Amino acid sequence: MKTIIYILQKEFIQVFRDKTMLPMIFFMPIIQLIVLVNAATFEMNSINLVVVDKDLSTSSRQLVNKFKGSEFYHLKESTFSLKDAEDQILHRKADAILHIHKGFEQDLITENNGKIQLLVNAINSTAAGLINAYTTMIISSYNNQVRAEMINMIQARPVKQIKVSTSFWYNPEMNYKTFMLPGILVILVTAIGMILTAINLVREKEMGTIEQINVTPIRKHHFLIGKLLPFWIIAIFELAFGLLIGKVLYQVPFVGSIPLLFLFASIYILVALGIGLLISTLANSQQQVMFIAFFFLIVFILMSGIFTPVESMPYWAQKVNVINPFSYFMKAIRMIMLKGSGFFDVLKEMLSLFVYAFIVLSLAVWRYRKVA
Amino acid sequence: MIQKQNIIIVKNLVKKFGIFVANDHLNFEVREGEIFGFLGANGAGKTTAMRIICGLSLPTSGEIKVAGFDIYKEREKIKRNIGYMSQKFSLYPNLTIRENINFFGGIYGLSRTEIKTRTTNLLEKLQFTHAANKLIREIPLGWMQKLAFSIAILHKPKIAFLDEPTGGVDPITRRQFWEMIYEAAEQGITIFVTTHYMDEAEYCDRVSIMVDGRIEALDSPAKLKEKYAAESMNDVFLKLARIQLHESV
Amino acid sequence: MNRFRGFVIKEFFHIWRDPRTLLILVGIPVAQIMIFGFVISNDIKDLHIAVYDQSQDEVSREITNKIISSGYFILDQSIDHPSQIEESFKKGIVREVIVFGQDFGENLERLGVADLQIIADASDANTANLITNYTQAIINDYLKKLNATHQIPLKIETQVRMLFNEEMKGVYMFVPGTMALILMLISTMMTSISIAREKEFGTMEVLLVSPLKPVQIIIGKVAPYVALAFLDAVLILLMGVYVFKMPVLGSSTLLLLTALLYILMALSLGILISTIVKTQQVAMFISLIGLLLPTMLLSGFIFPIENMPLILQWVANILPFKYFIIMIKDIMLKGVGVAYIWKEGLVLLGFTLLFIALSVKKFKLRLE
Repeated sequence: MKTIIYILQKEFIQVFRDKTMLPMIFFMPIIQLIVLVNAATFEMNSINLVVVDKDLSTSSRQLVNKFKGSEFYHLKESTFSLKDAEDQILHRKADAILHIHKGFEQDLITENNGKIQLLVNAINSTAAGLINAYTTMIISSYNNQVRAEMINMIQARPVKQIKVSTSFWYNPEMNYKTFMLPGILVILVTAIGMILTAINLVREKEMGTIEQINVTPIRKHHFLIGKLLPFWIIAIFELAFGLLIGKVLYQVPFVGSIPLLFLFASIYILVALGIGLLISTLANSQQQVMFIAFFFLIVFILMSGIFTPVESMPYWAQKVNVINPFSYFMKAIRMIMLKGSGFFDVLKEMLSLFVYAFIVLSLAVWRYRKVA
Repeated sequence: MIQKQNIIIVKNLVKKFGIFVANDHLNFEVREGEIFGFLGANGAGKTTAMRIICGLSLPTSGEIKVAGFDIYKEREKIKRNIGYMSQKFSLYPNLTIRENINFFGGIYGLSRTEIKTRTTNLLEKLQFTHAANKLIREIPLGWMQKLAFSIAILHKPKIAFLDEPTGGVDPITRRQFWEMIYEAAEQGITIFVTTHYMDEAEYCDRVSIMVDGRIEALDSPAKLKEKYAAESMNDVFLKLARIQLHESV
Repeated sequence: MNRFRGFVIKEFFHIWRDPRTLLILVGIPVAQIMIFGFVISNDIKDLHIAVYDQSQDEVSREITNKIISSGYFILDQSIDHPSQIEESFKKGIVREVIVFGQDFGENLERLGVADLQIIADASDANTANLITNYTQAIINDYLKKLNATHQIPLKIETQVRMLFNEEMKGVYMFVPGTMALILMLISTMMTSISIAREKEFGTMEVLLVSPLKPVQIIIGKVAPYVALAFLDAVLILLMGVYVFKMPVLGSSTLLLLTALLYILMALSLGILISTIVKTQQVAMFISLIGLLLPTMLLSGFIFPIENMPLILQWVANILPFKYFIIMIKDIMLKGVGVAYIWKEGLVLLGFTLLFIALSVKKFKLRLE
């Protein structure tokens, strides 16, 4: 056991002596965290809309005014030519075209059917879906308004309505940052911890100092614990620091228990670093470490559920996610922080990670060869 | 004179890398307390054999016992009893002299007080006390090599394995280095040293000479010179190499 | 010149001889595109919801069925007490609870108005926003059909046309996006690490004292990676077209030229990184950890840049990724020519030249 302390001491000296790595380890993630949290939103707040109003009637103007009044829309200079409008989309100056046909008002009143065409740039299908939903909503609300105004004049059976009220729990202001901050923080802490651990052992291989260790009677698991623990401490510290920044800068709520969060995090980080350790027992050069880490990090991040919901992935991909440590922690950290989920709510994830940590670390110890 | 025990016993050691035979049925013993020279040209298979005996690599076949322990089953026990200095003097370049000593002492399981006293003694003996807080990457090669040796025997092992310890240093430092080896041998540490400097063979109690993976000769330097009617160990080696050449032609 | 050719050939062989590296450099991008193309998309599917139906009548069941059969949602549980709402959210599986008021069907029939509440777990604000919109759309659709039997006065009919992507495929965004991400990281990592490696092992010095000019050394080291990264780009594009059925409406030559320009930009960034760093470790940190998230988030690949706060839009503007994605999308999906994308091309070229100029300056400083 005592040998572990000596390895710890050595690793810490080496980390803190390296004046180029130190800021990379501590400042790079924090800066990225602060900046990138703002990027992750689907909220459409500036839909560039071109209006092609060929009708120029009272009704069409009223409708266009509805869009002018909305904070989500930014109305481009209107034109009378659909071709001009399409060209604006081609030039990326507009996201959507509202095309009001000639005779819109006439048709609306006399034939009960006013036709409008909405053309959306759908290359980004999610954005297109939202633009469609917002626009349709505005049009139908205008439609209801028109109806209400004229309903006394025209005798007809009233239309059935369902009044939908929407409430957003845990985050009534729909602040995406509170959701993104824990996620992005987890990515940064994991990537740094995993890569540091993986490179560390491989560097000793590249420099040859590993031989000097292998010829000593040190126990394999003592050595690996000594290699893991410093980065585990750094990762936990970084996580705490990042959360503090989230609290101060972005007022991210901490609804749940902080000790529970850190209990969970300490198991999770064991897994993340254990994977790094396993990579390092398999690789012979830093270059190899980097490519393996690059591959797994990107796959793990994009499948983690941070940017897109996990449930919407194909079934097999959700099964593959069993080996994705991000998917467990991403879910749990958000549940604990934002919803105040308790110990038993996250128990399943915690146990899974515990088993995962055990397997990965055993594999690493088994794979690490003192003898070639 | 009391017949000393054999501390290293190697029987029929074979190591193959694919079809290449690095060690071809090596047989030899090393006696307790002697300085055993393991000689041969570059690529003759010295380092391969030494890494096997240290437990860093496994043989293809053969029986090996080091300090009474079996190389297959009791590698970790062997490691408790040996010190090793690799060709590259593998100290940590971004740690200081003192930190390196402290670290290696620690992982060999020395107590804090032991480490402290031995560090002080070691620094004084090497006259490095003033430079104890210098980083390894800032000190000259000769220093590094003396320090690597001192660290290899810091835990007072029974056997010290030195792989090409004098590569790349000047003759004066080499001389000083061999004085350190003698001193260690006097304290009862068996020295197993590989080298391709034939003049260093003269300093050994016994030497074995490897050519192309086989041991071609093994005896004290004096007897070898007599047997091959040679002036120096260099001549012995050249003659052996020539015989080898004739055989292969 | 002969000497230079020899050097380049040597560097090529260096990579060719190591089948593992080659496998990694070609295999990784292919595997990643496959995974992302099939797995990752912003489309909503199979999200779990719960229903708190206080009315339990025909209409409320009909609406529930309609919501579930949409494919967007899976009914996880039926709730019969308000306290269970909180409970189910805390378990983290249910994302939305639909609450039907009492006498829902009756109210709708008799009064013409009924109350329905959508409660979304907004801890994930993005998804909450999407699913409430989807649910609303389904309900609207139900109403439309219900009212279709009546003669509705003053109906405005909106016809929607989705341009460039009629089937609303998410893949159209993700293929260009992952391409930008993978090419960027692979190119910068390969160059910065391989040059840093030579520096670390001291072999750079050997090359520098050779009669080759420093510029030649750098070009020699980078040339094989240009070829490899270009191979990657072609493979990714081929997969986009044949596996994910993306159209190439514009000119293929223009598309390949764009990819080449982007690769050159990324490689010159790699060179710049390698002139700054001393060790592989630092090179790796900058090119992997430093670029990974910014490329993912500020390229417009997952989150549209127009939605971001103004400051971030500026940041995105001074990063090169965005321009590449715009060019690729426009050429492939809009089928536009040079006239529409030359500005973005110039920006990429500008980045390339800037990185090279900075590297040369850094390099000279170091030699003096």
